[in-house]
Amino acid sequence: MTAPLLEALEVRKSYGDRVVLDDVTLDVHPHDVVCLIGSSGSGKSTLLRCLNLLEDVDDGVIRFEGREISDPRVDPREVRQRMGMVFQAYNLFPHLSVLDNCTLAPRRVQGLARGAAEDRARELLATFGLADHVDKHPDRLSGGQQQRVALVRALCTQPTLLLLDEITAALDPELVGEVLGIVRDLAERGTTMVLATHEMGFAREVATTVCFLSDGRILEQGPPAQIFTDPREERTRQFLTRVLPG
Amino acid sequence: MTDRQPSDRELERRRVRRQQRTRSLLVASGAIALVLAALVTVLVSAPGWDRFRETFFDWGYAKDALPDIRDGFWLNVKLFLICEVAILAVGLAVALARTARSPLLAPFRLLAVVYVDIFRGVPTVLLILMLGFGVPALELQGVTSDRYVWAGVALVLSYGAYVAEVFRSGIESIHPSQVMSAEALALTRGQTMRFVVVPQAVRRVAPPLLNDFVSLQKDTALVSVVGVFDAVFAARDTTGYTFNYTPYVVVSVFFIAITIPLARLTDWLGRRALERERAGVR
Repeated sequence: MTAPLLEALEVRKSYGDRVVLDDVTLDVHPHDVVCLIGSSGSGKSTLLRCLNLLEDVDDGVIRFEGREISDPRVDPREVRQRMGMVFQAYNLFPHLSVLDNCTLAPRRVQGLARGAAEDRARELLATFGLADHVDKHPDRLSGGQQQRVALVRALCTQPTLLLLDEITAALDPELVGEVLGIVRDLAERGTTMVLATHEMGFAREVATTVCFLSDGRILEQGPPAQIFTDPREERTRQFLTRVLPG
Repeated sequence: MTDRQPSDRELERRRVRRQQRTRSLLVASGAIALVLAALVTVLVSAPGWDRFRETFFDWGYAKDALPDIRDGFWLNVKLFLICEVAILAVGLAVALARTARSPLLAPFRLLAVVYVDIFRGVPTVLLILMLGFGVPALELQGVTSDRYVWAGVALVLSYGAYVAEVFRSGIESIHPSQVMSAEALALTRGQTMRFVVVPQAVRRVAPPLLNDFVSLQKDTALVSVVGVFDAVFAARDTTGYTFNYTPYVVVSVFFIAITIPLARLTDWLGRRALERERAGVR
């Protein structure tokens, strides 16, 4: 097995007295698709935010591409250039067109020439069926389209790891499919991803590893076949009976 | 479980973070000291520094002028406090009139537009001169000819126009979805404004409003042009026979002493509101 791309070791995070992450240990290898499942408040989003250093961890180690990034001497911006993130509420910049949203970081952070950045963005937008919306402003688009743009925006910096934080939670059921379709494409192309999701069917289909979080702990992790059909923990079983139909 | 001992690595990390904080504090202090030193050096080494110090920073003159300036300044403060309340009322009323949609209110809308256009265009000092000398000259029955009052009215009219535009921009910045959801609850347009739009708008425009009030605080000094015995008038009165400008510096100190706490207070209020409303975003 190859060395892990991302490694979290006994990561802890608390807000005041409330422990949000409690000794979370997680390995992500290249081409893995890790799905974090669990009820709201179980720590999925906090874990993602700690992984790309939007939050400082209170203890434990995070390693990315072989380097410890939880060290305060590490420049978070360097890490984030290699790690894309997509949020639940899209968080597109409303004052910029779709194309400008996608070329902002490549041009301003990575110093890519305007032409090159736009070519790359147009190509990706076309791949994901957004060719007609390149010059529109985000508010003109549907939720599903906006979230697809947000995905493209994250991909335009060519990150080695993609973090997706419940990216379909704000969408209509019929729009969920178009966004998950993209994530499925990305998974098939070998993109390494960590995603927090409530879409169990999707997790079962694309995940290489499923982690069940409860009260800030990864209670159990394994291949989807095992977690969904034969969970080891009673809590996992309870959660799954509540969220799975039938 | 809560009293867990952090790992050695975490302790080391905290030490590094502390070190980084200390270092940035040192850099900041150093930078400030350097800039201040440079400024003082330039000032003190100026050829006219000694004359300058005598004319503007003479402790004796400052002490002599202090009682008059203090009494005059109380007038500025009173004027400021009264005008501020009136300006908020005028400003909000005009802004609401401008954003009103009812056809019946069309005359008010027109009036509001004309008012803002005119009073924002006329320099405040001219307005004070015109009202302060003009209205008493009319010798109207039952209308005061106190120049202090009319100078205050001039300030209210001038600043009311500015503040109305600040309010209006705040009202227009509230997302239409807020209005929609209020209408969906069957609120009338008036209720929508009163309970949903205006409270949010006021919070949003508080910083620019304060900016206008700091400016108003200073502009109360303009009433001295119509002979109202405020702090500036008192200072000018003294400099008139001593030819020493220290009293002006004393007046400035008075004004600064009141505007700085005001600015800090609003900063604090704004931050508190932001923290409450954005809780949970991070």
